[in-house]
Amino acid sequence: MKKTKQLFASATLVTLGLQSAHADYALNLMQGVTKVSNDIYDLHMLILWVCVFIGIAVFGTMFYSMYHHRKSRGHQAANFHENTTVEIIWTIIPTIILVAMAIPATKTMIELDNVQNSDMSIKVTGKQWYWDYEYLGTGVHFESHLDAASEKAHRDGSDPHGVPHYLLNVDRPLVVPVGKKIRFVFTSADVIHSWWVPDLGWKKDANPGFINEAWTSVDKPGTYRGQCTELCGRDHGFMPIVVIAMEQNDYDNWVKTTLAKQEEKPDLSDLSREQLMANGAAVYLKNCVSCHQIDGAGAPGDYPALRGSAKVNAGVDPLIGFLQAGTSKMPSFAKLKDNELAAVITYIRNAPELGNKVGDEIQPKAITPVYDDDDK
Amino acid sequence: MSAVTAEHGHDDHHDDHAHGPEKGWLRWIITTNHKDIGTLYLLFALAMFFVGGAMAMVIRAELFEPGMQFVDPKFFNSMTTMHALVMVFGAVMPAFVGLANWMIPMMIGAPDMALPRMNNMSFWLLVSGVLLLASTLFMEGGAPAGGWTLYPPLVLQTGKALPFAIFSVHLLGISSILGAINIVATILNMRAPAMPLMKMPMFVWTWLITGFLLIAIMPVFAGAVTMLLTDKFFHTSFFDAAGGGDPVLYQHIFWFFGHPEVYVMILPTFGVASTIIPVFARKPLFGYSSMVYATASIAFLSFIVWAHHMFTVGMPIAGELYFMYATMLIAIPTGVKVFNWTATMWKGAMTFETPMLFSIAFVVLFTLGGFTGLMMSVAPVDFQYHDTYFIVAHFHYTLVPASVFILMAAGYFWLPKWTGHMYNEKIGQLHFWLSTISVNILFFPQHFLGLAGMPRRIPDYAIQFADWNMISSIGGFIFGASQLLFLWIVIDTIKGGTGEKVTDEVWEDAHKHGLEWTLPSPVPYHTFSTPPTVIPCDHN
Repeated sequence: MKKTKQLFASATLVTLGLQSAHADYALNLMQGVTKVSNDIYDLHMLILWVCVFIGIAVFGTMFYSMYHHRKSRGHQAANFHENTTVEIIWTIIPTIILVAMAIPATKTMIELDNVQNSDMSIKVTGKQWYWDYEYLGTGVHFESHLDAASEKAHRDGSDPHGVPHYLLNVDRPLVVPVGKKIRFVFTSADVIHSWWVPDLGWKKDANPGFINEAWTSVDKPGTYRGQCTELCGRDHGFMPIVVIAMEQNDYDNWVKTTLAKQEEKPDLSDLSREQLMANGAAVYLKNCVSCHQIDGAGAPGDYPALRGSAKVNAGVDPLIGFLQAGTSKMPSFAKLKDNELAAVITYIRNAPELGNKVGDEIQPKAITPVYDDDDK
Repeated sequence: MSAVTAEHGHDDHHDDHAHGPEKGWLRWIITTNHKDIGTLYLLFALAMFFVGGAMAMVIRAELFEPGMQFVDPKFFNSMTTMHALVMVFGAVMPAFVGLANWMIPMMIGAPDMALPRMNNMSFWLLVSGVLLLASTLFMEGGAPAGGWTLYPPLVLQTGKALPFAIFSVHLLGISSILGAINIVATILNMRAPAMPLMKMPMFVWTWLITGFLLIAIMPVFAGAVTMLLTDKFFHTSFFDAAGGGDPVLYQHIFWFFGHPEVYVMILPTFGVASTIIPVFARKPLFGYSSMVYATASIAFLSFIVWAHHMFTVGMPIAGELYFMYATMLIAIPTGVKVFNWTATMWKGAMTFETPMLFSIAFVVLFTLGGFTGLMMSVAPVDFQYHDTYFIVAHFHYTLVPASVFILMAAGYFWLPKWTGHMYNEKIGQLHFWLSTISVNILFFPQHFLGLAGMPRRIPDYAIQFADWNMISSIGGFIFGASQLLFLWIVIDTIKGGTGEKVTDEVWEDAHKHGLEWTLPSPVPYHTFSTPPTVIPCDHN
C-alpha cells in the first residue's frame, strides 16, 4: 500500500515536472549547420535504422518463439543443434552490412580530418575552467567564461529555471563568419578538456602540451551552444561554449570593435566604495569563485579559504604582488587590469559574504606593477 | 547419474570426519575450500553492489533536477569515479570470480581449485584493496575525482588520496591476476579425464578465455598507474609534455587494459547465459563450437580496438580508420552469439522461471547495448556521441541489464543447488519485473540526453535536459530499491526459502546439462574426490 502511494507520488511528480519544464527537449541527434554535421547525421540515421531493422528481426523471432514454443502450450522441445549453413549465413550477412556502412563512414571521416586550405585559424586553449580564444594573425584574443547569471544560480542554489540558457551561456562568445573554412587548433594550459558544439558535428580534445586540429564551415548565421566534454575537475560542468556565426560584413565589424576595445586603456580614475565592491564582486565571480567559492570558504584540502585569511586581511601591497605573480598553486592574475585588480582586492577584503571586514578601499592607481603582462 | 551421486555420498561421509569446515568464524578467514571462497566472493560482491549502488543514488539525486542541490561538484566527481571503481573492481569482477570458484570445480569434476591457498589470498587481497580504496573517501582532498579511467594530468590533482588509490589498484590487480591464474590452472589441469576441452561447459570456456585476458591486462594497468605514481612523486614525465611525455600515452596504455577489461565483465556473462537458456528451453545450446570460437574471437579483437575510446583525442586518419574497422568487426562474433541464443530458444519447450527471465532480458537488453556500441564504432559519428550520456546509456546497458542481470540469473539458478532450498519464485519474478522495467526507465532516456547534447560527468545541466534526467532518476531510485528484494531472497533462501526440499537436479532434466546437477543438493563440502566418469554433455 505504502509502495503504491509512493509510486503514485513519483508519477505525479513526473507529470508536474514535464509540464513545468516546457518541452524544449530533443530525442535525436541534431543535424547541425555544417556539411560535415549533416553527413554525420545521415550516417547516424543510417546505422540507427540498420540496428532497428536487425532488432525487429532478432527480437521478433525471439518473442515469436517465446510465445509459441513454451511448455505451457504443450510444445515439445526439438533437439536440433549446429547447422553450418545457417551459421555461415548469419556470419556473412552482418559482414556485408558492415562493409556497406564502412564505405560512407570512411568518406565522412576523411572529410572531417581534412584541415587543408582554411581561410582563417582560431587557437582554442582549455583552462580550468574557461576557454581562451585567439584569432591567429588578427590580434583578437579573449577569454570566454560561464555567464554571471548561471554562475550565480548554480553557486547560491537558486532556481535555475529563470536563467536564460542556464549553463549554456558565456560572457564572451566565439564569433565566426559564415561560409568560411575555419581551422581550429586546440591545446590546454592544465588538464585535458574537450571542445564540443553539437551543431558543428564534432568535438575535439584539448591536450596540454600538444596541438590538435579540426575545422568547420558554418552554413547559416546563428548562435550555437556546447560544453566541455572531457572531465576536467571541479567545474567541468561549468565551462560552456557559445559560437555566433555571422555574415562576413558583420564579422569584420565585430573584429574592428573588438580590437578597438582591446586597445582601450582602462579607466584608472577613483571609484566610490560601492562601485569598487560591485566591480570586485563581478571580477570575483568570474575569476576566483571556482576555487575559493562563493562564500570564500575555499575547498578543504584543495583550495585555501579567503574567509578570515591572514594574507587577505593583512597589508595591501603584498596582496597585490601575490595576485600579480601567482604561485605554483595559484595562477598569476596579472591579466587583470589595474581597475579590476583594485576592485577585486577591495571586494575580498570587505565583502560580508566572504566574512572579511578590513574597512578599506583600494583605488586603481594604488596598483603598482610588479609583474608586467603584454596583454595589458 | 545415480552411480555418480551414490559414489559421492560415500566420499562425503568420509570427508565429514576428516576435513569438514573449521568450526566458528575462523572458517571464513582461513578457508581454502572453493565453495567457501566462492561464497565469500559472492557475498562481498553483493555488499559492494549496494555500496556502489548507494553512490549511484547520490549521483541520480543530484541530477534529479537542474541546479546544485545536495553535493559539491568535486564530491559529485568523486562519486562518479568511486561508483565505477567499486562496481567494476568490487562488485562485477569479484561476483564472476565467486561464480567461477563455486562452479568451475563442480562443472569439470574437480575436487577443488588447483591452488587453494592462493585462492584464499586473492580473496583477502581483494578485500584489502577495496577497503583501501573506500578509505580515500575520508582523506584530505577527498577520494579520486578524475573518473575511473584516472586520466592524467587531472588525476595528479588528487589530494592525499592519490598514492592510496594507486596502491589499492595494485592490490586489486594482484588479486585478479592470482584469481585468474588459479582459474586457468584449474581448468587446464583438473578436468575429469573424461572431459576434453571441447566438451567443457560454456561457462568454463568463457572463464578460461577471461582468465587469459586478465593475466594479460592487469599488469598493464598496474604499470600505467605506477607511472602516474612516479610522475607525481619521483619527477618522471611519462605523461607530462613539459618533460617530454604525453598525456595521451596514458590513454593508450589504459585502454589497452580497459577494453579487454570490459570484456572480462561480459564474457563470463555469455557463459552463464549459454548455461541457463538451454536448461529452460529444454534443448541443447544451438552452436556449441561456434560459441567457443565467437568467444575467442571477441577476446582476440578486444586487444586490437582500444583506441575507439579515444576517437576525439587527436589521432592520425589512418589510426581513426583502422580502429573503426577493427571495432566494427566485433559485431560479427557478438551477432553469432545472439543468433545462437535465439536459435537455442527456437522450437524449445520453454518455461519462464526467474533465472530464464533474467537471461532473456539479458539477451534483449545486451543486444540493445550492442547496437549502440555498433553505432559508436563509426568513428565520425562518435565525434558526436563521445563522452555524452549516449555512451553512459550504452555501457550501462552492457553492464547492468547484461552483466548484473546475468549475475542475478546465476544467483536464482544455482542458489537452490548451493543451499538445498528453493527461493521464493513469486518474489523472484517481482524482483525481475521491477528491475527490468525500472532499469529501462533509468537508462533508456539517457540515449536521448546524450543525443540532445548532454555531456557525461557533469553535476548540473541546462534546463532542456531536465525532463529526461528526472525520469532517469526515478527509474534509478526504483531500480535501487528493487535490489533489496534480491537481498531478501538471498537471505531467505539461505535460511530455508520456501521450505520445499529441492531435488539434486533442481531444474527439470538439468542433469543432462551439467555435472553440478548430478551432485546432491545442498552440495556437500567436498565433491568429486574421485573424478566422475560419465560426463553429461548436451552437444555432439
